[in-house]
Amino acid sequence: MSMPFYVAPEQFMKDKADFARKNIARGRPLVAVVYADGILICAENQSKSLHKVSEIYDRIAFAGVGRYNEFDSLRRAGVQHADVKGYQFSREDVDARSLANLYAQYMGNVFTHDMKPLEVEILVAEVGADPGGDQLFHILYDGSVVDEDRYSVLGGEAEAISGRLEEGFESTWSLDVAIRRAAKALAGDRELVSSDLEVAVLLRSDGRRAFRRIDDAVVVGALGVTAS
Amino acid sequence: MFDPTEAPGPSFTDVLRRVGLDPFAPVQQAAGGAPFEIRHGTTIVALRYADGVVMAGDRRATAGSSIAHRAMDKVHPADRHSGVAIAGAAGPAMEMVKLFQLQLEHYEKVEGSALSLEGKANQLSQMVRSNLGMAMQGFVVVPLFAGFDLRRGVGRIYSYDPTGGRYEETDFHADGSGGRDARTTIKLGWRPDLERHEAVELAVRALWNAADEDSATGGPDTARGIYPTVATITDSGFEYLPRDEVADRFAAVLSTGEALQ
Repeated sequence: MSMPFYVAPEQFMKDKADFARKNIARGRPLVAVVYADGILICAENQSKSLHKVSEIYDRIAFAGVGRYNEFDSLRRAGVQHADVKGYQFSREDVDARSLANLYAQYMGNVFTHDMKPLEVEILVAEVGADPGGDQLFHILYDGSVVDEDRYSVLGGEAEAISGRLEEGFESTWSLDVAIRRAAKALAGDRELVSSDLEVAVLLRSDGRRAFRRIDDAVVVGALGVTAS
Repeated sequence: MFDPTEAPGPSFTDVLRRVGLDPFAPVQQAAGGAPFEIRHGTTIVALRYADGVVMAGDRRATAGSSIAHRAMDKVHPADRHSGVAIAGAAGPAMEMVKLFQLQLEHYEKVEGSALSLEGKANQLSQMVRSNLGMAMQGFVVVPLFAGFDLRRGVGRIYSYDPTGGRYEETDFHADGSGGRDARTTIKLGWRPDLERHEAVELAVRALWNAADEDSATGGPDTARGIYPTVATITDSGFEYLPRDEVADRFAAVLSTGEALQ
């Protein structure tokens, strides 16, 4: 009977974390920023139909980077959870915090118990009724949660992108400025055009469902200002 | 979180079944009708006009011969471009509307695009059929579904029977206890490409005549300021008419004197 080689738990966990980090960094990043009218989420994504940013519930959006099939099944699970909760109790009782906890539990569980960790980082964003009430939950591949209230960066080169975004950051940016600055932070030395970006917002006061995708024309307009 | 091979897909009722909240689970009850009076909603109408569809419903709910509620809303948005009106047992009907709205929104969020109008109408048909057991015990729900078909650029109306039968109406329909009177009124006044104000006036006139002939249908209640619910569905979406506009339309209809004959 053969015995498996002994691997120290520290080593095992480190290998899994390295694996996840490396593969997430290989994909394209995204940023979410709080701006004057709500929350803007800007992702580098060349596909027009496979979304990285989507709606979960009235005031909650989801965004993911890394392996598409993995974050998309997390997204579906989020929609199911939120809709069931809203049906069972009330629409007001659905919030980003409890959803973030659910994701964190699941992703932490997979990281600890499965052979392969999830190769994704996700964001659960909720727009508040008033400025200052916005919440950004950034959940990592191992289930750790970072709670942010100004901006959040997911994916590879997160530190460099954060640095570029932090420079002169204000949570009162207009939509145009927010798109431009988010695109600039993502681009670094490169040039990003509107077809490289997927942009959506959660509007603070726009009826029940706050999620809106931003038209290409608006993104073109916002980016065009940079050139002039 | 569901296993990908067993995930319920974009149907919200399937999700509910899977988590043990089946909204159409059979109710255990001895054979025969309910031993108590249940609340009923009454008259609803829908008619096509130049820009889409007008939907309207009276506000009265009855339990036997008594008035159970004076301000019930029977016309609801199903999603951005469609609406559903309900007649019949009020409890199951309201639950069905809530479920239908969630079903459409859930599909849209999971799939990333809205169902076709035909698809929405079929979904509602399945819900009505799921309620057949309750219908046999007297809790009949008869909805009326209308929407703006964005792919074809026209307003469309669907009526239902208690078994889930789905019938597309060409121009108009009315249902509920006063439905027959309302339908006759619309039949006499309808013509293609009505203007918005003409269509609203015709819907309001139909409800007036229904309330005039049917005790279960409520008319305009000027003392309390309760007027029928009226909504339009066009390419820009579902929109309720403000109460004052409905009141003005009623005043216009009554001022002709013809309504009192």
